[in-house]
Amino acid sequence: MEKRVTFSSTTIGLLFAFPMLLLVFVFFYWPGGQALFWAFTLEQPWGGGNKWVGFQNFAHLLKDPIYWNSITRSLVFGAGSTAIAMGVALVLAVLTDREMKGHSAYRSIFVWPYAIAAPALGLAFRFILAPEAGLLSILNRVWPDIWNPALDGNDAMIAIIVAFSWKYIGYNFIFFLSALQGIPRSLIEAAAMDGSGPLRRVFDIQLPLLTPTLFFLLVINITESFQDSFGIVDIMTQGGPARATELMVYKIYFDGFKGLDYSGAAAQSIILMVLVILLTILQFRFIERRIHYK
Amino acid sequence: MVERTPIFNAICHLILFVGLLTALLPFAVVIIAATHDIKTVNIVPMPLMPGHDFMANIHEAWVRADLGRKLFNSVIFATAVACGKVILSAMAAFSIVYFRFPGRSLIFWAIFVTLMLPLEVRIVPTYAVAANVLAPFQALLDVTGVTWLAAHLAGLQIKLQWGLLNSYPGLVLPLVATATGTFLYRQFYLTVPEELAEASKMDGSGPLRFFWDVLIPLSRSNMIALFTIMFVWAWNQYLWPLLVTTDPNFGIAVTELRSLIPSEFGLPDWNVAMAGTLLIMTPPLIVVILMQRWFVRGLISTEK
Repeated sequence: MEKRVTFSSTTIGLLFAFPMLLLVFVFFYWPGGQALFWAFTLEQPWGGGNKWVGFQNFAHLLKDPIYWNSITRSLVFGAGSTAIAMGVALVLAVLTDREMKGHSAYRSIFVWPYAIAAPALGLAFRFILAPEAGLLSILNRVWPDIWNPALDGNDAMIAIIVAFSWKYIGYNFIFFLSALQGIPRSLIEAAAMDGSGPLRRVFDIQLPLLTPTLFFLLVINITESFQDSFGIVDIMTQGGPARATELMVYKIYFDGFKGLDYSGAAAQSIILMVLVILLTILQFRFIERRIHYK
Repeated sequence: MVERTPIFNAICHLILFVGLLTALLPFAVVIIAATHDIKTVNIVPMPLMPGHDFMANIHEAWVRADLGRKLFNSVIFATAVACGKVILSAMAAFSIVYFRFPGRSLIFWAIFVTLMLPLEVRIVPTYAVAANVLAPFQALLDVTGVTWLAAHLAGLQIKLQWGLLNSYPGLVLPLVATATGTFLYRQFYLTVPEELAEASKMDGSGPLRFFWDVLIPLSRSNMIALFTIMFVWAWNQYLWPLLVTTDPNFGIAVTELRSLIPSEFGLPDWNVAMAGTLLIMTPPLIVVILMQRWFVRGLISTEK
């Protein structure tokens, strides 16, 4: 889309864009270039600048079982939390959209979890899911030692998945509900006249019409599970026990700032960037197709 | 509601109610735990009747996490990020939509590519840039030979150095440098009728006047929506403030949550931890509750 009526002053136009361009250059493009530079070089132990090493940093990473472990953990975390957050949000949104009694209260309260900072809910869930206090500790009363996120890797993974999904249920709910409300009522009513029940209508009308939203949220949830998880992991488990919850961004932070291995961290950043870019391109392509079909 | 289905409706109500409990349970636990004393809070399972130590716990958390200072910093930080976004993206989108000059589409793409890579993903090099924001320009001068020229002709040593670590600009600027808001404004400007710009031009107004007197008043609701989501988003930032602010004077509230985790071998004073959590998570929650309509609208229109 283009404007027919425009202003011709190049100077003023550029001046308006300048502050944003400056910020983007300094804090986006330069660091991006820097990451590429570091990823392909290695800092000399006795100073004297960086030495070009080609793909050596990547080769090291890809041979490192600890790195593969962090990729697997991130995928498990991403898949688990996305499935729970999207599934629960979808059910709640479809039911809220039936506009039964009290639906406006549901509509606002289900959004609340998304307002909470990831580390804050991390701390809250750390207490709720603690093995010796809080709520879930009652399990240990009945079956001693069945639940301990501080020692058992699987328990810790479950804990961070639960905390993260809880927040993103609110996020997905907003999008699902707004998409559902965009479906013309007449479609639903026509289907009801033809004798289809509520469940039938969900599967045959609402879900197909929600496909773009589903796909969009799928991509967003996976990319957010890479980034927004940092606060939760840092507060709840610090990547432990025994690296069981060391997700990719946490490992980048740990290697880069605690281990001071800039080249290794940069190579990991590049791999993560490529992953995120691929996901985004996938999403853009899909949205483009949707526009064509309209 | 299309048809009468009493049994199905009852099931729906049940599911919604369970969902409601799940959504509210963590809030309830945080609030109730914040009212107990240290002995009650460690009973398994925690008693759900509130205790009497709410104010004492709040006070303890306030002192331990230095929340007076930290909440103040958080308010400044979140407001600055939100204002920066609202202003800079309005300007950038104006330039992209209402001007025709060579390189315009390049600028468009240069800004929109930033949607792809969130700060967390490129955190290490961004930190290095924040340590000296002028480093990119120094490097440019070095490469183009300006440094060499200055040193040889005028005897000047060019060493640009401006560190942003432990400062408000360092906290704020990298978070402003993304395209989220620009996209929102662009979509909005494209829906503004052509006749308005035409009429303004005919009345003799230049781009500045048109921007200030026509576009800004028209985009008020967009601004509120963008401000709301950006305020909440910035308040909840964790990784970047954690790295940039090592000086406690510039620390923000969310990163202080770390200092509230009960240590493994110390007292399990979860009551104080939960009181602190409550204080830190409340401001964005209030913004969302009061500005719900704007928040939802802003979220939906920026992400699409």
